[in-house]
Amino acid sequence: MNQATIEETVWIAIARSQDLPLREGRVVVLGDQEIAVFNLGDRVLAVSNHCPHRNGPLADGIVSGATIVCPLHAWKFNLETGQGANALSTEHCIETFPSRLSDGIVFLEAPRQSTTKNEMPAMSG
Amino acid sequence: MSLPLTERELPNDAVAKKLVVVGNGMAGVACVEQILRHAPKFNITIFGDETHVNYNRILLSSVLAGEKSPDDIVLNGRDWYEQNNIDLKLGVRIVDVDPMAKTVTGNDGSVTTFDKLLLATGSIPIIPSIEDVMKDGVFVFRNLDDTRSLLERSRPGLKAVVIGGGLLGLEAARGLQVQGCEVTVVHLMDTLMERQLDPVGGSYLATKMNAMGITVLLGLSTTAVLGNGKVERVQFKGGGSIPADLVVVAAGIRPNIELGHKAGLEIKRGIVVNDYMETSHPDIFAVGECVQHNGVCYGLVAPLLEQGKVLAATITGNKGPTYQGTVLASKLKIMGVDVFSAGDFNEKADGGEMVRYEDPSQGIYKKLTLKNGKLAGVILVGDTSDSHRYMEWLRSETDLTSMRRQLLFPEPSADVGLDVAQMQDGETVCGCMGVTKGTIIRAIHDKGVSTLAQLKECTRASSGCGSCTALCQQLLKAVAPEFEEETKRVICKCIPFAEDNLREILRSQQLKSVQEVLEIYGNGVGCEVCKPALSYMLDMLWCGDHEEDRSARFINDRVHANIQKDGTFSVIPRMRGGVTSSAELRRIADVADKYQVPMVKVTGSQRIDLLGIKKADLPKVWADLGMPSGQAYTKGVRMVKTCVGTEFCRFGVQDSTTAGIELERRFENLFTPHKLKMGVVGCPRNCAEATVKDIGLVGQEGSWQVVVGGAAGKKVRKADLLVTVETTEQALEAAGVFFQYYRENANYLERTYDFVERLGIEKVRKDTVYATAGVKRDLLDRLRKSKDHSYDAWLERETLNHPTQFLQIKPMEEAEVLI
Ligand code: SRM
Ligand SMILES: Cc1cc2nc3c(=O)[nH]c(=O)nc-3n(C[C@H](O)[C@H](O)[C@H](O)COP(=O)(O)OP(=O)(O)OC[C@H]3O[C@@H](n4cnc5c(N)ncnc54)[C@H](O)[C@@H]3O)c2cc1C
Ligand code: SF4
Ligand code: FES
Repeated sequence: MNQATIEETVWIAIARSQDLPLREGRVVVLGDQEIAVFNLGDRVLAVSNHCPHRNGPLADGIVSGATIVCPLHAWKFNLETGQGANALSTEHCIETFPSRLSDGIVFLEAPRQSTTKNEMPAMSG
Repeated sequence: MSLPLTERELPNDAVAKKLVVVGNGMAGVACVEQILRHAPKFNITIFGDETHVNYNRILLSSVLAGEKSPDDIVLNGRDWYEQNNIDLKLGVRIVDVDPMAKTVTGNDGSVTTFDKLLLATGSIPIIPSIEDVMKDGVFVFRNLDDTRSLLERSRPGLKAVVIGGGLLGLEAARGLQVQGCEVTVVHLMDTLMERQLDPVGGSYLATKMNAMGITVLLGLSTTAVLGNGKVERVQFKGGGSIPADLVVVAAGIRPNIELGHKAGLEIKRGIVVNDYMETSHPDIFAVGECVQHNGVCYGLVAPLLEQGKVLAATITGNKGPTYQGTVLASKLKIMGVDVFSAGDFNEKADGGEMVRYEDPSQGIYKKLTLKNGKLAGVILVGDTSDSHRYMEWLRSETDLTSMRRQLLFPEPSADVGLDVAQMQDGETVCGCMGVTKGTIIRAIHDKGVSTLAQLKECTRASSGCGSCTALCQQLLKAVAPEFEEETKRVICKCIPFAEDNLREILRSQQLKSVQEVLEIYGNGVGCEVCKPALSYMLDMLWCGDHEEDRSARFINDRVHANIQKDGTFSVIPRMRGGVTSSAELRRIADVADKYQVPMVKVTGSQRIDLLGIKKADLPKVWADLGMPSGQAYTKGVRMVKTCVGTEFCRFGVQDSTTAGIELERRFENLFTPHKLKMGVVGCPRNCAEATVKDIGLVGQEGSWQVVVGGAAGKKVRKADLLVTVETTEQALEAAGVFFQYYRENANYLERTYDFVERLGIEKVRKDTVYATAGVKRDLLDRLRKSKDHSYDAWLERETLNHPTQFLQIKPMEEAEVLI
């Protein structure tokens, strides 16, 4: 693989899964990113906390299946793809962050920060 | 009803003749409506000695019972008179008629000429010869002014005596009772409504009236009204007497024939008319309760309308149609007391037979009289659902020989509810206005009528006493292509059940969690619409004893504050009745400083809002405030606004502040289908706007009015009077019964203003304050149970619902993982 296309990222343990109540969102700040993390039971999904409409806090929205509804004006997004998921938001899209759940710990893959210790180049699989 | 202009234009060659109508009541104006449909056209002047436009006199009973306002019962507004170029002279009484000079003279001295004169002067109440009957506090019940005076005079705890146990007397009695009076009906005869019921039927009725709390005294002749200046007692023949603060005389009516006499017309009991509705004078006509046709004087609306149609043809020179008399049918308009009577119920007449059914435990009594194999009369008490069938048999003189086994119990029709299909075209649907099924069908087909409102406008059907509304709706549904039935509301497509059904399912299936409900009855996923609705439903059904799922709640209900546009929250502590203290204000000020609150604001609901608080600070802010949650963020009990009332105000007649604080205490912390706001005021000046609140208590001298269904929000609606009661405790209890009824029966996100309007205040009353003691007790028990499970949400500052309820997640540590 071409080195230049590989973004340098790192997996960060952000919480124990019980810190995230089922089907609710919580905010975690990584660097200058405010990320909304959702516990869907068997998996955890993460997206940018900022609604593209008027910056509503998506972590405070209602989760149904794998969608989130913004608490301010009800724009809806797919948590897996980031795609707008109702009539209000079809044209819009939010950033998603890879996440995984392992041994009850929630990890987020975030861009490597300069301050990060234990640097390690990410590998593409 | 306005007609196309072309029909109203004057024929070019004719100079319009002058038609003068005396009496701006139901028969006169209905006849004018018919006259307007014919050519040639008249210049019309109507004199009415009342000061109101034509209104529906039938519904005065509903006005007295607080179910309708005077505005609701207007039949022809001023614009109708204007559009039809009718010169309306209100407040003028015609005192003389000169048939030779063809003039009428008003009590204002005016003299008006006519080419044709129409007398529609109605009836006047019979005042029996009772000593001192004109005393202050004695009323009749005939027109809007009488009704208004009665409403002004009546109040809870007053002893009201109604003299006369006929239709009018009983309806008056019920109205006064709704206004809080203790009512006694005194009747001269041994049985109530003896003109419409036989003694057995009368006794069933008396039982029902007694059960409602109205005392019925039979076989008593009233001889005197006693009292010093104003009525204090009513005395009977034989010397007995009972206390009375207010007396209504409803002893019958007699045709108002005074002007007929003056005009020299032939008069018996009423002004005599022939089948063409002509009097003994070629240019003078009469219609309505003032006439006598074929020996009969009518006292109901339907015959008057039929007369009006015939007269309209005659008077406009289109003589042809004749009036043949009307089979009378009467219905008592008291909710929960179903009484219907038609035709001749006297079986003793020759060749008469009788068929009866009685079930005393259900209060049901039915009696049919037959003559020569045909129906002659019918009495129904307790169950009037078959009245249309019997009316049709009477009208069409159906031979019942082959139906003898099904007279009282019809074979169930294959398609229940669709008995409209079996109705004949000539069958009357609206008895008050005499509208047949055929007329309605034609209106639907020819005029494109598709809503009830249009139907009313076009045919007058269901604009009388309203009891045929359901039937009209069935007809619309069956025939009108565009008719949209008010479908039961389904929350959303995730869980496609009407809310009523869903409530029943959850109850019977003992379901207690949102996710479980969605998995069993829905798509397993739900959405932002149905989840909060289901959360509410479960909380309400199980009175708080359910599995609370915060993920199914809007953010406001997860952190008990109102989310703002920038993601911060507002905090409104509870300030019961809008009353605070210096200590509280000081704490609020300290909190504002400590958390650098960007804005402190007095809200529109008499409390204080701290805006712009960070989520993480919420628990600390609540702790520092030391005040309970004001629930300003949820679909739940908001607040009770109060005024200063008797405590300070020079006009206050009730302690509104104390009552309001108590009201707030009783309902606070509970969830409701939509936000619920209340107000309590110390007098009708209404300073805290109780009449535009979901529940309001309006203080009166010696009583409270409990009003419901008001709002001054997206919709502005004046609250309806639920009941008037004497004590504060009774008012709070009535409010509680309504409150729980709303919680249990409204759709999610249905404010009381829509709920009360959808059901109608009559139904709401019947199901709440006038429900049986058991029903009320159960409602209050469930309210109590919910209240016991409820708590101040801000206590979650100590007993968190979830450890990270108010927090952001801090990354544990950065870890490396092999992918
Ligand atoms: C704070 C306050 C305005 C103020 O500064 O005075 C307010 C603020 C809001 N009102 Fe209100 N209403 C406030 C009194 C009122 C009143 C006045 C009253 O209560 O007497 C009314 C009209 C009365 C009524 O409701 O019948 C009122 C009628 C509404 C409505 C229209 C409701 C309706 O069905 O007609 C909405 C929208 C809704 O509920 O769907 C609304 C919705 C809102 C919301 C909650 C909008 C929202 O969903 O975010 C506003 C929250 C602002 C915020 O960010 O905190 N607010 N709102 C008042 C809080 C009162 C309190 O102490 O709890
Ligand atoms: C409380 C109540 C409940 C009723 N319930 C029912 C019911 O359920 N069903 C039913 O079918 N019927 C009912 N009725 C009866 C029904 O209202 C009457 O049959 C109907 O109103 C009679 O119409 P009318 O035009 O003949 O008389 P009215 O409606 O009385 O009109 C006559 C008008 O003429 C005016 N007038 C009289 N003399 C003069 C004058 N000299 N100059 C100027 N104006 C004059 C009167 O003030 C009045 O406004 C009820 C009546 C009352 C009072
Ligand atoms: S409502 Fe009446 S009692 Fe209350 S403050 Fe106003 S005037 Fe005074
Ligand atoms: S800010 Fe999210 S919908 Fe408006």
